[in-house]
Amino acid sequence: MSNLAVLPIVIPLIAGVLAILFHKKLKIVRVYSQVLTLINTGVVTYILFYVHQNGSVVLQAGDWMAPFGIVLVADMLSMTLVLTTNIVALACIFYAPKSLSIKQEEFYFYTFYFLLITGVSGAFITGDLFNLFVFFEVLLMASYGLIVLGGEKVQLRESMKYVLINLFSSMLFVTTIAFLYSVVGTVNMAQIAERVGEAEQTGILTTIGILFFFVFGTKAALFPLYYWLPKPYIAPNPVISALFGALLTKVGIYSLLRVFSLIFVYERDVTHELFIWIAALTLIFGSIGALSTNNIKLVVAYNIIPAVGFMLLGIGVYNSTGFSGTVYYLVHDMIIKAALFLLVGAITYLVGTSDLRKMRGLIHHYPLLGWMFFISAFVLAGIPPFSGFIGKLVLLQGAIEADRIVIAIIGLGSSLLILLSVLRIFIRGFWGEKDESIIPDRKAARGFILPVAFLLFFSVLLGVGAEWFYPSIESIGDYLMNPENYIESILKE
Amino acid sequence: MEIIMSILAGVLFTTGIYNLLQKQMLRIIIGTALISHGAHLFILTMGELKTGAPPILEENIKNYTDPLPQALILTSIVISFGVTSLLLVLAYRASKENGTDNMEKLRGNEND
Repeated sequence: MSNLAVLPIVIPLIAGVLAILFHKKLKIVRVYSQVLTLINTGVVTYILFYVHQNGSVVLQAGDWMAPFGIVLVADMLSMTLVLTTNIVALACIFYAPKSLSIKQEEFYFYTFYFLLITGVSGAFITGDLFNLFVFFEVLLMASYGLIVLGGEKVQLRESMKYVLINLFSSMLFVTTIAFLYSVVGTVNMAQIAERVGEAEQTGILTTIGILFFFVFGTKAALFPLYYWLPKPYIAPNPVISALFGALLTKVGIYSLLRVFSLIFVYERDVTHELFIWIAALTLIFGSIGALSTNNIKLVVAYNIIPAVGFMLLGIGVYNSTGFSGTVYYLVHDMIIKAALFLLVGAITYLVGTSDLRKMRGLIHHYPLLGWMFFISAFVLAGIPPFSGFIGKLVLLQGAIEADRIVIAIIGLGSSLLILLSVLRIFIRGFWGEKDESIIPDRKAARGFILPVAFLLFFSVLLGVGAEWFYPSIESIGDYLMNPENYIESILKE
Repeated sequence: MEIIMSILAGVLFTTGIYNLLQKQMLRIIIGTALISHGAHLFILTMGELKTGAPPILEENIKNYTDPLPQALILTSIVISFGVTSLLLVLAYRASKENGTDNMEKLRGNEND
């Protein structure tokens, strides 16, 4: 049964490779990708269920016992995130044929898409630091392919910057792993955690911890390191932006969560204290950025940043409530960011511009789209019946439990700014007089609405049905507070 | 020996970062190549440079060099090789399409 852990990586990998063979037969490749994403989602749901019943599944690759081989760890945390990834992927794959041009689809979109899912799932499941680097590269290489897909002027310009910053941070990642290897002599996360615990995290280990923070902070777009994110994210096709916005930064946050709940937990005055301040600055600057622009795509792209700040806040306060808040917010944010990018992409496609000043009265033409945007704005800002509320509530509860009142207030204040930034789109774009010059394209709108409705359904379910999900997420929080369980499950005997 | 290698890796990092901060695309790519050389050298050094036989199993040999960093470097080399070749093609296309290889002129504004 331990082979279950490898399925979420292997299925999309094989699917992506096979998709190369018939990349020009669009009808076949579309159905094929949709069916395989469905199958993968089913398998992942089963694994999550299995892990929930029987505890984490650990696969020692090639039967080499733990510290010597590569381990794949499917615990509740990683499987929850892989399932969320697959839900987002499912919405995107049904949205893709409507939004992409035929040329883009023919040029291996589906292969890149599957490889991106492979990389993200692999990064969530792996239990080995160097393997994490390799999966990071798998997902980054796929994202390089996706970001230039189409080869427009803007894309070429922005992808240059995107590739450069990621190449630099990857090299920093390798260097940091080299540092850590020289100190503890292993790259297996469980064994690193054990050895760091034995050495009681001396100065050099804290330095390595901070270096890891810089590496993952660049991937996750935290305060001083987010400058690369907004513009490259809006350059490609909306469905690709949605995949990026939902998945890529969250892998960075997940790595921070793992590394700083498992390995570097002994000098919290230095590391976790730093996180709280960085989180505060990320919240402030991200939400100001979201207000600074009239480009609706850019507003959503900037909104990624304060969300990441919220999650970092949960890691920084270091208690079980904070961790469960981070996990809950991670799941909620992956879904709602994908939904928002898809919605904004649909608006841009239907109106023909992403400039807020040039649109008004869209609600007369596209009522359903308008109300869906309204709901997702509320989900994002954290209005009670929806999932954003529960996530923020638990996070702020964690902050208050740790006596961090200032950061809790900053979090609340930035929520207001986030609400303002998205409602501005609703008020100025959807309200107002009917614009007679627009001829509504209802058929196209319907195609866009279905995947978004699917994602919003999960957002609402996650909020309304919080009582069903919260106990398992709370147990993930406890699990993260006690890294011994993780270490024991891998290094048996 | 480790100290000399560390200094060399440091020099590679410095020149690499200096080149990254230039305006010309090709210089930037040379910078990334230098940085990846520095990183790979660094992994080798951090695995300790003890004298020993190459890690091939033979009789009568007691001391081997550490095989793990070598495997890590090999993986990292092919990855950075792939990314660099992509980056070169990308730079070629980007400079052709935009008519310049000066990064200062590739800023662009919000609405295009």
